[in-house]
Amino acid sequence: MPKAGGSGHGPMRTVEKSKDFKGSMIRLFKSLGKWQALLIVSLLLAIFSATLSTIAPNKLSSLSELITEGIRPNTKNIEKLSNEIFKNIMINSHMDTSSQKSNNKNNKENQKQYKEFIVNFNKLPDTQKELLLSDIEIDNVKVSKKNQIKYLETLSEMSNTKVTNKFLNKLDSMPKSIKKIITPKMNLKEIKKRALILAIIYLSSSIFMFIQGFIMATIANNFAKNLREKISKKINKLPLRYFDSHETGDILSRVTNDVDSVAQNMNQSFATLVSSLTLFFGSIIMMFITNWIMASTAILASIFGFAFSFVLLKRSQKYFKRRQKELGELNGHIEEIYSGHNVVKAYNGEKSALKEFDKINDRLYDCNRKSQFLSGIMQPIMIFIGNFGYVAVCVVGSLLVMNDKTTFGTIIAFMIYVRLFTSPLSQIAQALTGLQSTAAASERVFEFLDEEELTSEEDKCEVLDIKDAKGNIEFKNVKFGYNQDKLIIKNFSANIKSGQKVAIVGPTGAGKTTMVNLLMKFYDINKGDIIIDGKNAKDLTRENIHDLFVMVLQDTWLFNGSIKDNIKYNKENISDKEIWKACHTVGIDHFIKTLPDDINTQVGDNDSISQGQKQLITIARGMIEKAPFLILDEATSNVDTRTEELVQKAMDKLTEGKTSFIIAHRLSTIKNADLILVMEEGNIIEQGTHDELMKKKGFYEKLYNSQFEKIA
Amino acid sequence: MIKIFKNFTKKDKLAVLFCIVLVISQVWLELKMPEYMSEITRLVQTDDSTMKEILTSGAYMLLCALGSLVTAILVGYISSKLSANFSRNIRKKIFEKVENFGIAEIKKFSTSSLITRTTNDVTQLEMLISMGMQMLLKAPIMAVWAVIKIVGKSTQWSMLTATGVLILLITDIFIMLVVVPKFSKVQKLTDKINDVTRENLTGIRVIRAFNAEQFQEKRFNDVNKNLTDIQMFNQRVFSSLSPIMTFIMHFQTLGIYFIGAYLIYDAGLVDKINLFGDMVVFSSYGMQVIMSFLMLTIIFMLAPRSSVSAKRINEVLEEEISIKDGDFVGDTQEKGTVEFKNVSFKYPDADEYLLKNISFTVNKGETIAFIGSTGSGKSTLINLVPRLYDATDGEVLVDGVNVKEYKRENLNNKIGYIPQKAVMFTGTVESNVIYGDNGKEKASKDKIKKAIKVAQARDFVEKMTGKYSASISRGGTNISGGQKQRLAIARAIARDPEIYIFDDSFSALDYQTDVTLRKELKKYTKDATSMIVAQRIGTIINADKIVVLENGECVGMGTHKELLKNCEVYKEIALSQLSEEELKNA
Repeated sequence: MPKAGGSGHGPMRTVEKSKDFKGSMIRLFKSLGKWQALLIVSLLLAIFSATLSTIAPNKLSSLSELITEGIRPNTKNIEKLSNEIFKNIMINSHMDTSSQKSNNKNNKENQKQYKEFIVNFNKLPDTQKELLLSDIEIDNVKVSKKNQIKYLETLSEMSNTKVTNKFLNKLDSMPKSIKKIITPKMNLKEIKKRALILAIIYLSSSIFMFIQGFIMATIANNFAKNLREKISKKINKLPLRYFDSHETGDILSRVTNDVDSVAQNMNQSFATLVSSLTLFFGSIIMMFITNWIMASTAILASIFGFAFSFVLLKRSQKYFKRRQKELGELNGHIEEIYSGHNVVKAYNGEKSALKEFDKINDRLYDCNRKSQFLSGIMQPIMIFIGNFGYVAVCVVGSLLVMNDKTTFGTIIAFMIYVRLFTSPLSQIAQALTGLQSTAAASERVFEFLDEEELTSEEDKCEVLDIKDAKGNIEFKNVKFGYNQDKLIIKNFSANIKSGQKVAIVGPTGAGKTTMVNLLMKFYDINKGDIIIDGKNAKDLTRENIHDLFVMVLQDTWLFNGSIKDNIKYNKENISDKEIWKACHTVGIDHFIKTLPDDINTQVGDNDSISQGQKQLITIARGMIEKAPFLILDEATSNVDTRTEELVQKAMDKLTEGKTSFIIAHRLSTIKNADLILVMEEGNIIEQGTHDELMKKKGFYEKLYNSQFEKIA
Repeated sequence: MIKIFKNFTKKDKLAVLFCIVLVISQVWLELKMPEYMSEITRLVQTDDSTMKEILTSGAYMLLCALGSLVTAILVGYISSKLSANFSRNIRKKIFEKVENFGIAEIKKFSTSSLITRTTNDVTQLEMLISMGMQMLLKAPIMAVWAVIKIVGKSTQWSMLTATGVLILLITDIFIMLVVVPKFSKVQKLTDKINDVTRENLTGIRVIRAFNAEQFQEKRFNDVNKNLTDIQMFNQRVFSSLSPIMTFIMHFQTLGIYFIGAYLIYDAGLVDKINLFGDMVVFSSYGMQVIMSFLMLTIIFMLAPRSSVSAKRINEVLEEEISIKDGDFVGDTQEKGTVEFKNVSFKYPDADEYLLKNISFTVNKGETIAFIGSTGSGKSTLINLVPRLYDATDGEVLVDGVNVKEYKRENLNNKIGYIPQKAVMFTGTVESNVIYGDNGKEKASKDKIKKAIKVAQARDFVEKMTGKYSASISRGGTNISGGQKQRLAIARAIARDPEIYIFDDSFSALDYQTDVTLRKELKKYTKDATSMIVAQRIGTIINADKIVVLENGECVGMGTHKELLKNCEVYKEIALSQLSEEELKNA
């Protein structure tokens, strides 16, 4: 019997391992039904969104390349200008330029000569300089002689034409026309275009993500609603046998905790897993496409970190499990001590309780601390891995840039890739545990939904109309046992005529409810027949039989609703007048009139309605139902004497004109009964009238007399 | 909320201070990193830099990263220790406090609520502390510092970041206003769906008997629909959160680059490269600012729940204990006597008295019984003896000494108390019977066996696997109610008390067991005094004295026969259980 403890399924449940992960996931997907297509759409959107996120850094890199292009001064134009000036001087001074040209091949030599030449040139007076120079036009910009002189003056102060801050500083002080030539050209138009593309990528990635989340929330919640509905329906289709062997708390936790867990995890895990995987592999691919050397660097730099954090994750998992266990234990201990508080105090058990508490509390402290520490440092470690990767990428990237193997934009792209690449791993791990719990929770839900249902009643052809029912019932050699191999009612026969009263007596726990179970067909009998007004109960539907019986049990079951709704329970066309009449008959009408909304007062959260009054309401509910048979549990525990009297009177009225089966607690009932069934340990051990049984001097006689016995 | 943190010790406070220092250095290190980053970018951009320079900057940056990691680990270590220690101490404090509670206080809070206060609520706070130490401390420091760093650099960039933060804040406020209030509604609806299901399960027989399955399903579906609708709304809103966040972050970066392009375009040649470096730095500082606000968001979401938890815990810790311990430890001359002198009782906050002016005496070896309808105060009365409640007026004397003067342990040593609902503890049959401490040696095996025999529990105990050392599961779920009750009685017997208190302890037993048990008990404890609360006339018919209670007042006192003659209420009760003829026979 799968009897799961109630305490284990509280809000602090550990991540359960599912028994058959794959099977459960397939089943889960299948049971999504019409939502399947939407789920796939949502997952595709997740992939889209993630793919866009991986493409984006590449675009950003090209954008930053464009910006970089706008930073470096146009060294080509500087060279061009210098050469032009030189050429002009040569021409104007009628020097041979051809020798210079041949010298051009040797760059270093050339530069040195050029510098010397400038130094010498600068020593000349300005008028002479002007004679040697001519106007130059580069990129449609005219550089005047004056500006050329200034240019040459500044140039002489520089050691070389490499881009350094000093160099740039000098350039800034150059005349306007020259600045115009050498100022880097930034392609703002192209930048605008690229930025727009990126904006579109980011925006659509976010929109996809939003739609995906929206759809997922829709699916998950509708699915959860559907599951809850199915469970609720299932409850009413299960045989009572199931409820007698399963705890209420267990079923409840399936309706709420497990369904919630399925919905929550489904909402988060599926999409996260898909998009994280896409991000992870996407960024690896994109990295390799962009630059394989740097890609290898980034991956290598991270692998060590990943390995380390996985070890940590495993370890913290262990402590988390232990933590759940200790929490459960502590919970149990506290529950025991708090609810047994009066005994703990009266027996001076406080010290030992505290000692035990301290023991568990210390253990809890230990794994609390460790699990929190280990899980808490996961994130810093991940950040460090990111930074480490970043530096590695920067260094290797710089090397490559210096050797002109790549551009600065690539470094920017990799800075993002490194982060993209390191973040999804922990998310993947999280999503996987999430899926594990989804599978485990859905298993528990499906297990419940798969429980064997009540046998189908489609083949039941007989109908006993309530108008034709007279109230005769006959038991013929009835055999019954809750287990097939252990009969507890062995061969019971009795013939009960319309209007007769059957009392069922026996000590507590003797199985008096067994009779109720059989009469109401809550359980099927193993052998024999129960004949109701000539019709075999086997051929009647349960619904039909239930219509023939009024049942009032000891536990005053009322639902959260108005008194009126509780009395007319599930019956239509019942006027308020009839309800008042029933209330009057059971003698609760005066009380109801004192309530703020009389019969519309809500029961449940209303403290002013006592246990006894609730019992009266259930009797009134029985009054409204017109049926030939009655099952009544007479017990009136927790009721004060006055109410008890009212209840008993009401019960007596209820039995009028009905064939009644009464679980007896009163001597008067027992004595007037037409048939007394004496039960012990589930068995009917004696049957007969009061006098017959007294004469027999058996169990009944002993039971009857025990209440007058004196203590010596 | 703040009140609960007064439970921090001086050492804890020092640890917090140390954590603050660590966090400040961590922030400093983390904000230093972008500077090296920008240095690296500048170096890569300019021609005259050497590999060595890049490596040096890289090494510095790594050093910062490592330093930040080390501080983070230290903070993590301290905060985990601090929070675990805090929760351990608070838990213990609550537990000790509850142990000192009287029934009145327990009832006021209800057991299940006390349990969640000791576990879930504490866990909630523990989470806040450990997360708070890492985030609550870091986020504002980081936000302020990062803002200071960037605020001078560029108005345009700063404006952009401010816009990002603003959108973030608006989203937060929207969620706070729209979604958070719905959380409590979700909780209520979840409770409701639980209720309806529980209702369906507990009333399964009635529902089937009335063919009301569909009626119940409809009730369920209504709640189910409401729950789904509201949860759907919440989750849909939440599903927009992540896209908005990533959108803000991406646009932040893109915007900084885009604005950067224009700034660089307009700048002088030297400034261009520097601006580019700034741009890289700024985009990472800007990200830090936004991340800090994100962290704050998480804390703000966590805080309301934690503050509710803190409030609930404080309520327990601040509850005044109504029953104060006495200091009488000496020996008494009288043994086994109980006297009530004009005792009245009401709950501290109640207007009406539950017990009014009750007086009686019971001597050694006598049996006194209390009968009356529910709410007549008989259980309350009997609970005044072991001081589960304290009398409001008048005196309760045990062995001639006021119960309030006794040191509780000494008083309890005289009493064997059996409550209405038998309490079993996890352990064995034996450990349950010798439970507690009565100031004497622990009962011997023989004595335990004897007690179990007298309590009519021997038959079933010997049938259990392991017999006397058979295990009893949590709450005693592996034995029946009647069996539990008998073991509870055995527990009292093994204690060897002067006074037995049976608070309606026989109702779970059938007539026969009830009779035999009391017969055997009488034989075993000739000298002990018994106080019995009962529902059945049969149980008390032979008591030396019966006290009849109605609405807290004593309306009759005497033996069964006397009361039948002169007490209307008693007669009424008796007649509701036995016929006149039977009463005469008895």
